[in-house]
Amino acid sequence: MDRVIKYVFYDILRTRFILLYTVLLLISTFALFQLDSDPGKVVMSLLNIVLMVVPLVSIVFTTIHFYNSYEFIELMLAQPINRRVVFMGEYLAVTFSLTMAFAVGIGIPILMYGISASGLALLFSGVVLTMVFVSLAFLASVLTRDKAKAIGVALLFWFYFSLIYDGFLLWFVYAFNDYPLEKITLTLIALNPVDLARVIMLLQLDISALMGYTGAFYKNFFGSSFGIIFSTSVLFLWTIVPCLLALRIFSKKDL
Amino acid sequence: MISIKKVSKNFGKLRALSNVDLEWTMGKSYALVGPNGSGKTTLIKSILGLVLPSSGEITFDKKSIAKDWKYRENIGYMPQIGRYPENMTIGQLIDMMKNIRKNVTELDDSLIDQFKLYKIYDKRMHALSGGTRQKVSAALSFLFNPPVLILDEPTAGLDPVSVELLKEKILEEKARGKLLIISSHILSDLDELTTDMVYIYEGKVHYNNTIQYLKEETQEKKLGKAIATMIGQKQLIDSVNR
Repeated sequence: MDRVIKYVFYDILRTRFILLYTVLLLISTFALFQLDSDPGKVVMSLLNIVLMVVPLVSIVFTTIHFYNSYEFIELMLAQPINRRVVFMGEYLAVTFSLTMAFAVGIGIPILMYGISASGLALLFSGVVLTMVFVSLAFLASVLTRDKAKAIGVALLFWFYFSLIYDGFLLWFVYAFNDYPLEKITLTLIALNPVDLARVIMLLQLDISALMGYTGAFYKNFFGSSFGIIFSTSVLFLWTIVPCLLALRIFSKKDL
Repeated sequence: MISIKKVSKNFGKLRALSNVDLEWTMGKSYALVGPNGSGKTTLIKSILGLVLPSSGEITFDKKSIAKDWKYRENIGYMPQIGRYPENMTIGQLIDMMKNIRKNVTELDDSLIDQFKLYKIYDKRMHALSGGTRQKVSAALSFLFNPPVLILDEPTAGLDPVSVELLKEKILEEKARGKLLIISSHILSDLDELTTDMVYIYEGKVHYNNTIQYLKEETQEKKLGKAIATMIGQKQLIDSVNR
C-alpha cells in the first residue's frame, strides 16, 4: 500500500496543481487578514471560500486525477496487487495532498494572526469537506467510463450540494412555515455536508442570535456535546459511505 | 496450470465470450488466433483479473482466481497497447515495477539490454514512439522471470531487428519449459513460436489442438493456409447444416 501511495503522491506533486492551490489559498487568506483587523470577520469571509471553492476544487481535481492516472491503475492491476490496495492508495494519496494544501493555505495565516475557536472550526470543516468531496469524486469516477462524463457527474454533485439542495430546503421551509420545522430541518441539514459545515461554523461565529428561535434551537443542539458528536459523525459518514461504495464498484469494474 | 471452465462475458448486449472451456498446461505454447473483436483480449484480460467473467470460473494452479491476486506474481503480461503513466521516465517505471515485485530476486534484464533501453532511461513515457513502448512492455513482461507468459500481439509495431530479438527470447523461454500464450495476427510468427492453437470466433472456441494436427488434417504446410482451409470447411459444413 505504501508503495502505491508513494508513487501516486509523486505523480500529484509533479503536476504542480496542488502547489498552485496552496499558494492561492495562502494569498487570499493573507489578503483578507490585511483588509480587516477583526479575525472573526475574516473567518466569516473565509467561510464562503471554504463552502464553495474547496468542494469544487476537491471534486474536480480528484476526478481529473483519477482519469489521468487510469494508465497507472491499469498497470497496477496487472501486477500482483490487490485491487482494494490500489484504490485505497489512490484515495489516501489524493486526500492527503488536498488536505495538506488546504491546511497549509488557510492554517498558516490563521496561526499567524491568532488562533480562535472559530478559526479552528473553519479548519476542521474545510478538511472534512475536502474529504467528503474527494469521496464523492471517486464515486463519480468509478460510475462512469470516460473523463467528460465523470467530470459532468462530479459537477452535478457539487451543484446539488452547494446550490440545488439549498433551494429545495428554502422552498420546503417556506411552504410549511405554519408548522414547527426545527427537527425536520435539522434532519434535512444532516443530509447535506455543506449545510452541516455551514451551520457548525455559523454557531461558532455567535451570529446565531440573529436567527431568532431557530437559531437558539440549533445553538442548543449543536452547542451540546451530543450535537458536536452527531454532526462530526454525520460528516465522517459522508466521507466513508461514498468511498466504500466507490471501492465496491471499483473491485467489480472491468478495465 | 490455467483452466477456464465455462466462462462467459457480456458487455451489455454484446457477448464477448460464450462458454469458453480451455485447459492450458505448463511447458506448452499456445497460439490464440481469431479475427478482430473475436474475444482474444477479453479472454486474456479475464485471466489477469482485469475483466471479471459474467459466469464460469478460471483457476490458476488449481486455485480460483476470483478475489485472488497473488497468482499474478507468476504471470508476465505484455499488453496489446502498453499504457503507462505519462510523466514517468523509463527508468522510474522499471524501478517502480521492481519495487512492487520486491520478492523476485532473479531478474532477467536481457531484453532491456538487447533493446538498448538503458540509453533512454531518462526519457518520459509520453515522448516514446509506439514501437519503443512495445519494447518497454516486452522487457517488463520478461523482467521478473515468471513461469507463465501472456503476450498480446507482441510483434505488432516492432522493427524487424527487434522482432527477431523478441522471438529469440520467446523461444529461449519456451525451451525452459514455461507456459506461453501468444495472441497474434502474424501467423508465420506463431508457426515458429507455438505448438498448439486455439481459434476463437465470436467468443466461441472453434479449434483447440496442436498445430501439427491442423496441418495434417488440412494437408497444408503453412499455418495461414491451414487456418484458411479450416474456416472454409467449417463454413461449408455450416451452410449444409442450414
